[in-house]
Amino acid sequence: MNLASSLYFTGTEVGLSIVGLVLLLVSAWGGPRSARLVTILTVSALVGATLFSGHLFDLAGSETAGRAFNDLYRADTFGSFAKILIYLATIAVLMVTPRFFDQRGAYRPEYPVLMLFNAVGMGMMVSATDLMTLYIGLEMSSLSSYVLASFLRNDTRSAEAGLKYFVLGALASGIILYGVSLVYGFTGSTNYESIRAAFAIEFSTGALFGVVFVLAGLAFKVSAVPFHMWTPDVYEGAPTPVTAFFATAPKVAAMAMLVRMAMEPFAGEVDAWRQIVIFAALASIVVGALGAIGQQNLKRLLAYSSINNVGFILIGLAAATPAGVAGVMTYLAIYVAMTVGSFTALLMLRDPMGQNLETFDDIAGLSTNRPALAWCLLALMFSLAGIPPLFGFWGKFVVFQAAVQADLVALAAIGIAASVIGAFYYIKFVKVMFFDDATREVETESPIGHWIVLGLSVAIISPLGYFLTIPLGEWSAAAAASFAAAM
Amino acid sequence: MEFPILSLMLAVPLVAAIACLFLGAQSARMVALFATLFDLALGVLLWLNFDIGGAQWQFVERAEIFAGFSYALGIDGIALMLIMLSVFLMPICILASWDAITKRVGEYMAAFLLMEVLMIGVFAAQDMFLFYIFFEAGLIPMYLIIGVWGGDNRIYASYKFFLYTLLGSVLMLIAMMWMVNEAGTTDIPTLLNYDFSPQAQTWLWLAFFASFAVKMPMWPVHTWLPDAHVQAPTAGSVILAGVLLKLGGYGFIRFSLPMFPEASAQFAWLVFALSMVAVIYTSLVALVQHDMKKLIAYSSVAHMAIVTAGLFAFNVQGIEGAMMVMLGHGLVSGALFLCVGVIYDRLHTREIDRYGGLSINMPKYALFFLLFTMASIGLPGTSNFVGEFLALAGLYKVSTLVTLVCTTGIILGAGYMLYLYRRVAFGEQRNADAARMPDLNAREWMMLAPIAAATLWMGVYPESFLAPMRQDIAALEVRMARAAPEGDSQLRVGEPMERNANFVAAAHDAEGAH
Repeated sequence: MNLASSLYFTGTEVGLSIVGLVLLLVSAWGGPRSARLVTILTVSALVGATLFSGHLFDLAGSETAGRAFNDLYRADTFGSFAKILIYLATIAVLMVTPRFFDQRGAYRPEYPVLMLFNAVGMGMMVSATDLMTLYIGLEMSSLSSYVLASFLRNDTRSAEAGLKYFVLGALASGIILYGVSLVYGFTGSTNYESIRAAFAIEFSTGALFGVVFVLAGLAFKVSAVPFHMWTPDVYEGAPTPVTAFFATAPKVAAMAMLVRMAMEPFAGEVDAWRQIVIFAALASIVVGALGAIGQQNLKRLLAYSSINNVGFILIGLAAATPAGVAGVMTYLAIYVAMTVGSFTALLMLRDPMGQNLETFDDIAGLSTNRPALAWCLLALMFSLAGIPPLFGFWGKFVVFQAAVQADLVALAAIGIAASVIGAFYYIKFVKVMFFDDATREVETESPIGHWIVLGLSVAIISPLGYFLTIPLGEWSAAAAASFAAAM
Repeated sequence: MEFPILSLMLAVPLVAAIACLFLGAQSARMVALFATLFDLALGVLLWLNFDIGGAQWQFVERAEIFAGFSYALGIDGIALMLIMLSVFLMPICILASWDAITKRVGEYMAAFLLMEVLMIGVFAAQDMFLFYIFFEAGLIPMYLIIGVWGGDNRIYASYKFFLYTLLGSVLMLIAMMWMVNEAGTTDIPTLLNYDFSPQAQTWLWLAFFASFAVKMPMWPVHTWLPDAHVQAPTAGSVILAGVLLKLGGYGFIRFSLPMFPEASAQFAWLVFALSMVAVIYTSLVALVQHDMKKLIAYSSVAHMAIVTAGLFAFNVQGIEGAMMVMLGHGLVSGALFLCVGVIYDRLHTREIDRYGGLSINMPKYALFFLLFTMASIGLPGTSNFVGEFLALAGLYKVSTLVTLVCTTGIILGAGYMLYLYRRVAFGEQRNADAARMPDLNAREWMMLAPIAAATLWMGVYPESFLAPMRQDIAALEVRMARAAPEGDSQLRVGEPMERNANFVAAAHDAEGAH
């Protein structure tokens, strides 16, 4: 385990950090004019990182499971799978971002650089196998997220979103840190494997408190009920591309971090954390569905939708089996496609003056004004509602199947019955677009870049996606196999 | 490898549906008509090549292209008949929408063609989850058909339809997952012979029941149906009544009865009770309707109650009768909705009081309407008589009380249908505009005549339809025999007489002596 192999396994983070620092200099000297160049370079760096993660994914298992820096960090299949999702989501968001800010004259090269640092932080989150590495990754990602949320400095809503996110995010980080200190105090180590070994010998009430605090803090990061309150406000206030980013990449990172936490250091204490996860899952599904019903703002609605989806993902985690983890990863992959698609469609909704539209009234009768966009949104919404034959159904299918296989039939039954509540507002989307009459004019042309992202997302969530079930299942199973030792 | 005719039947409307999205109104109509006619031709081919008395599952196709479930198709006689019903009604639906639909024709035709894909898929699926996907996917096009092209209160109706049926189905998915986990296969033919423990069956049966009872629909979860029917465009109602309601009955035959025989016997009382209430209650409700479509919708609920009662009779007559009622009802109620559609297109109202005396100015229409009214009542010689008689005969072996009540429903059925017919077609021409309506045109002839022919065929020579199903229903009865409930009619086969009752020995000899 020499330095070279450590650097090799952390290649994506090291590489992206260097690129990020260089681009920071470029943007400092190049000024706003360099924004486009920096964006393109960022995207290419992320493409490289994706490819390298894919390479590590294939490699893992053969060589000491990708451990780096004395097991502070592990480039295993699970981490690589999550990273690929994170990078792809970031690339997609970056592709649809500039147009939004250009319209306001607010696009600056710092934006892609912040995304890049965020990606580095997220990569660390999912690969960390030590509580300290984890925290550094978490903060790196969070801090850049706070700045991104308030990137439209002249817009009060954006500033408010950034501040709110910062205050509540700092609180959550504090809670995690407190939990980490308790866990460290009762086990004497911050390394995941040592923690598991220590818990296997004795799991005291104090340690349980530590676990609960860590999970509560992580629940905040994935915006699971009852720690979800910040989500609608931040999602609504933040600039739409940033919201699209928050709903995808950091969500994947936080969820992967939570899964690794539950399945590695806390793997022996499934009974201790399962109740918490079950409660959070069901509460997220119900609150996410009920909260969305009255919303008029589409971004706010999608915020509740993401809370709702987190509930379903947590059902996979509650199973605490390899199938459950694989289900979570499959769900996350499909979730990213659905969310990227939905937000891209939202970004393509502008009035003829170029103002972005974001309420239900604005999309009334969209199917007559922009049929292609309306049909894409229709597919995305039915997919989010989990109606077959759209691919969103498959995500729900695998997590519920994992729950049933783990003998959590009641949980699965309640969860799936509650998903019907969620269907109500997804079909409201369709109703407004297809059944109502158009009330306003919308922009009729969208740039090709947006169409590419939207088209790819819709192709994945369309019934064609079922052809992906075999590879996706294999990759997810390989990712879940990272925890084979712990389960 | 055999020619994949079932896949082709799925592919043709699917391709046409995608094409319709991009076509103009007139070409979309033509494409839809040709695609559905082509599928009908394939259906006929399917029926001709179906080997009666051969293997239980025919035209089997299997491809392992998905994880967790397979693309497995195959049909038995029961599925064959229901597929035939679907492909037969589809071109008629397209014709019914020819002039009535003027906005977004391409999307409308696409939704209908998609519906056809999904219905054939449901009946042909041999994999549990594939079945579920087709079963559930039907919600999307139907939601759009009701919501975009429906009547005034279409939004309420589309929401109700969607959420009601979705809530019914999702629990079934969990039950399916449990079964697959327990039995280790998703293959329906294998699962048909897997014995689940009676205790588990109880829960599984209830989960499936939640789904099928809503689809059927059984009282008291039938309330979505009148709304959906009334608001849907004519062709939508035809599909809803003609085929979608059959999904519930098909589900009972394919899943609930053979997979959970003990639980089915255990809950037979529940089904009987709900059916009895439905027959009487919905028939009475139908009597007081002022809206023609609503009246026919309630009559559908009553007919479906006879289907459920017949299914849970646990004997061959009951199940054969239930299947025949389903097929007959699919034709007749579809035809009745078309009849309503014909006059709705002319006067744009479904109020019964706005019509009257139509037999004077629309004699040909009145004739067809009369035929379908009589078929709906179950007049001998029409399709429904065969089914209702068989179902009630089967039911009689199990429970005389239930038979008594259900038969009363048929009398009430005669009441509301004849009352409807009298008010619409007979009497004076009270409304001047209704009196000016022209008789059927060629397109409407093409819609109604084939259904009329099929209705009579089914009534006069039901053997054509019973033969393919006989072996499968017999197998089903064998499968359920161990749980069959004791009947209360205590039928005993009498001693046969030596000769026929009309045998006259001397005359016979005398005849020969000439």
